[in-house]
Amino acid sequence: MSPFPANLLSMDDLDTEGIAEVLAVADSFVEVGRRANPKVPALRGRTVATLFFEDSTRTRMSFETAAKRMSADVLSFAAGSSSLKKGESLRDTVETIEAIGIDAVIIRHASSGVPARVAGWVDHCSVINAGDGWHQHPTQALLDLYTVRQALGGGDDGLARFVGLQVLIVGDIRHSRVARSQVTGYAALGAEVTLVAPATLLPPSLEGWPIAGVSHRLDDVLEKADVVSLLRVQSERGSGAFVPTLREYTAGFGLTGRRAAMLQPEAVILHPGPIVRGVEIASDVAELPASLITEQVSNGVAVRMAVLFLLLGQGPVEGAHGG
Amino acid sequence: MAERERSHTRPRGAVFVPRAQVMSASDVHRAITRMAHEIAERNRGLEKVVLVGLQTGGVSIAEQLSAALAEVEGAAIPVGTLDVAFYRDDIGLRPVLPEAATDISFDLTGATVVLVDDVLFTGRTIRAALNALGEYGRAQRVELAVMVDRGHRELPIRPDYVGKNLPTRRDEMVDVSGDGVSLGELVSR
Repeated sequence: MSPFPANLLSMDDLDTEGIAEVLAVADSFVEVGRRANPKVPALRGRTVATLFFEDSTRTRMSFETAAKRMSADVLSFAAGSSSLKKGESLRDTVETIEAIGIDAVIIRHASSGVPARVAGWVDHCSVINAGDGWHQHPTQALLDLYTVRQALGGGDDGLARFVGLQVLIVGDIRHSRVARSQVTGYAALGAEVTLVAPATLLPPSLEGWPIAGVSHRLDDVLEKADVVSLLRVQSERGSGAFVPTLREYTAGFGLTGRRAAMLQPEAVILHPGPIVRGVEIASDVAELPASLITEQVSNGVAVRMAVLFLLLGQGPVEGAHGG
Repeated sequence: MAERERSHTRPRGAVFVPRAQVMSASDVHRAITRMAHEIAERNRGLEKVVLVGLQTGGVSIAEQLSAALAEVEGAAIPVGTLDVAFYRDDIGLRPVLPEAATDISFDLTGATVVLVDDVLFTGRTIRAALNALGEYGRAQRVELAVMVDRGHRELPIRPDYVGKNLPTRRDEMVDVSGDGVSLGELVSR
């Protein structure tokens, strides 16, 4: 087994075994989360900082809750009220943060590649990508995989059932870092991913994407799906300009009540949030038992605890032998 | 040596090479029966007694003890499992991973908890287990049952019920399995 990577910048940092390790460790943290006191001393004395240069509520709260439940200290850095406003460069900000003695930085940025650049500037601290531009959002993909594995029965049996699983990723693939992380993750576990989107919302090239196919008609592929993973139409990234109207998008690609009725009884619906009701998913469909949107959020804390624990709690590989 | 030690002890991929068998499967079975009698003797009626096996080596011993107690006293003693990875004092010093999630489905408040492990060595696992246990309720009393006490304690911890006291060297390993107990070494491949 290869050691866990020093940073989590992309799903490509994890091989199949690494993904399985995160999911297995997350099982233990789900159990911790069910307790009256959901806190463990695992990362006592460690400090993590969240650096969010882009709006987020769930990801930031999820990471901060995860770190606090492991007794780590959390510094929350808001780009709007920092020295960046005074003209400090990102590099100087990051070097300052490292000099303070932070063990891990969790970064979200509107530009692809920023977490990777930051990882190159720091020596002693782990970097976790919490979403960069259109590039990657690895912990979102991991929590999706965890939630699907749970729906498949959990544990190693649930993991084994990913092989041949029919997964649809529906929506604005072009602008989605979530989709890019999901495709890598599902493919690593043996699932067959079909991208479903209007041609304008697909990336210019799909060369090298480990996918089984592409469809421009959701109605054609819904019946065989085991997992339907919806994406938000990201107006802030200009995806509105790639479809004539939101109503037209909903007519072709929204998960309406009529379409939800076409699904197999065991099929599950995922959405990374925030959901826009009435656009990519009908309001009553989001409340169906098949919809695992709230499970995704609560599993997200456990999965991020697992990632933090694997990055910060492991120490040198050639360790002393205890008992 | 418990599964826990084996999977966390590096070099990775090292294998346990047994040198001598110190207990046969039937020796282990007899020891379980004797320890069940001792637990019943000390905790008259076994009221409020619960067993908690440490992941992973202690779990099967706890289940065997529960079966023996059912036979000896006709009492159904609940068995839970406990993983101590997040409470260890060597997090960040060496690779520490949970073996399996804790499963304690009963409240420990007021109970007599018998912690069960396969091998007692430095005592650090038990120290971590005592901290972890506190999250599931305030036990009236905690006792410790181990199949093998191999010595080399680094903390003031002692077992209440012992299958076998086995003098060892620090660098040796003790393996407890369904086939009995063996003493040997960990050899890197």
